[in-house]
Amino acid sequence: MSAVLETRNLDKRFGGIVAASAISIAIRKGARHALIGPNGAGKTTFVNLLTGMLRPSGGEILLDGASITNLEPHQRVRLGIARTFQINQLFADLTPIETLGLAVSERHGSGRDWWRIVGSRAGITAEVAELLERFRLVDVMTERTAILPYGKQRLLEIAVAFACRPRVLLLDEPAAGVPEAERQEILATIAALPADVTVLLIEHDMDIVFSFADRISVLVNGELFVEGPPDEVARDPRVKAVYLGEALDG
Amino acid sequence: MTSKINTAVTRFLASRARFGPFEFAFWLAAFATIYLLPGRHLILTETAIWGLFALSLDLILGYAGIISLGHAAFFGVGAYAAGLLAKHEIIVEPSIALVCAGLLAAALGFATSFLVLRGSDLTRLMVTLGVALVCFELANRFAELTGGADGLQGVTMAPVFGAYRFDMFGHTAYVYTLVWLFVLFMLARRIVNSPFGLSLKAIKGNALRSSAIGIAVNWRLVAVYTLSAGYAGIAGGLLAQTQAFASLSMLQIDRSADVLLILIIGGTGYLYGGLIGALIYRLLQDFLSDFSARYGPYWIGLVLIMMVLFGRVYGGVLAALIIGTIIWFDLSSTTSFLLTGLSLFALGIARDWLLKWIALGEQQAAHWFHRLWTGLKLAVYKRSDHVGGA
Repeated sequence: MSAVLETRNLDKRFGGIVAASAISIAIRKGARHALIGPNGAGKTTFVNLLTGMLRPSGGEILLDGASITNLEPHQRVRLGIARTFQINQLFADLTPIETLGLAVSERHGSGRDWWRIVGSRAGITAEVAELLERFRLVDVMTERTAILPYGKQRLLEIAVAFACRPRVLLLDEPAAGVPEAERQEILATIAALPADVTVLLIEHDMDIVFSFADRISVLVNGELFVEGPPDEVARDPRVKAVYLGEALDG
Repeated sequence: MTSKINTAVTRFLASRARFGPFEFAFWLAAFATIYLLPGRHLILTETAIWGLFALSLDLILGYAGIISLGHAAFFGVGAYAAGLLAKHEIIVEPSIALVCAGLLAAALGFATSFLVLRGSDLTRLMVTLGVALVCFELANRFAELTGGADGLQGVTMAPVFGAYRFDMFGHTAYVYTLVWLFVLFMLARRIVNSPFGLSLKAIKGNALRSSAIGIAVNWRLVAVYTLSAGYAGIAGGLLAQTQAFASLSMLQIDRSADVLLILIIGGTGYLYGGLIGALIYRLLQDFLSDFSARYGPYWIGLVLIMMVLFGRVYGGVLAALIIGTIIWFDLSSTTSFLLTGLSLFALGIARDWLLKWIALGEQQAAHWFHRLWTGLKLAVYKRSDHVGGA
């Protein structure tokens, strides 16, 4: 079983607060891996560590067996780790066409190209068109992102990460705050992601997790608590105690 | 289906960079002034140089979101470089010397870009201001090289391409400046419409997401800051060459502030803002110094405050109303200062109300326009129905 992304004893402390403590996790190639845990368990911190937005206090991150612990965020993207954010991080003044055009151009290494006009390369526009269709953004493709409905913004958030052609895609609560009517559209696009893309899903919603994941890790207080296939995790009494208890409270 | 979308995408992206009729008219008018306004070439040269300088600031402020209060550093370095190259006959041909002046300013921009990478807008304001102050004092200190407070004397310009002499009416200087402005503008236009330019807008919009799609944010900022410094240096070099003189005022903080004002008046992020701003600022200065020779800047200040509070159009109208009143009743300067002070106070307090009324007014206007339009269309439909029925 080959792990595409792996962490070894990953630590992160903010002053006296331990946000991640000795997390060792191996994400199998092509997996649909879910990371769950109560509020404040350190899920987003973990994603920030994987993508380089935060530097770990200790431990290692390996992509295909090679350490990426000290690489900058943009370098990790080029190696094939892309993410979405829990709170949309989009370009408000750009249209979906421009946003995706930019992401695809960057991946082709033409982001430093200052002479050609954006979209003058046929390969790039074809890819943008395909992305717009896959993520159901065709009807709004020429609108400014700032005025798109929230559900469409959420789709664009996933689309722009996917445009980086990641080998590992980290989805940080992709359906958070989306109205029920638009939710299905997002879940359908996530379910339709190609099988060769490894997905790590951070999610609160248990329905989504259990319908999507083939493996689940539970994070509590910055520590890896339980890991296993969904049915096993669901039956685990400790998980019930910690996670469901918390959910009932909160 | 996909190929249809592909066509739409290609067309949309191509339309972003299309040379529109407005732009065509703008440049046609600009080049027409060579023949139509020969008596104004000196002033137009200066305006074009301000426009280029503001364009250089737009590259960092309008596209990458880097604010600067020290852009005169690069302008001044370019000016002294061009002046010294000509004075000591190091590089005689003006356009080659100008490129060198630009490269030197760009080198300074590259070196100082690492200081502006970090921190917020406030930090950047302070750092850029600091760099400009350092450059100013260096030029002041090394008077044997720069001429110090007297300025760089004894610059004689060789003819452009060895053929076109700079004449005392400034005809050659204007054509020379205008051609440089046009070429550099078109280059900047090309750059901002490239993937690189789009990535700058992305960084300005959201640096976090930019790095999350693989953009090396800092290097892009370094690149555009260097480019912008080079543009500013060329603008400075043009001023030194066309005036055969360079002085400390070209490095001064006033100049950094003025160029920021010009750009804000004209608007950021579409490249023409700098050029239009320079023109408006020039006309405003001319008009206001005719109107009150001693207190010109006072009235410019009024116009600026109004534009910031009420937007370019309504602010301009309000300022014109106040100044119009003063001219109409031929008020003394004391009375008009008092009147302006009171109006500013009142408008400051009533701003939110006024803006609300303006918005309502605009809605009403749009509403009536819409009714008129649909009414007209209905009338046409009815007519054609009638014809069809018969």
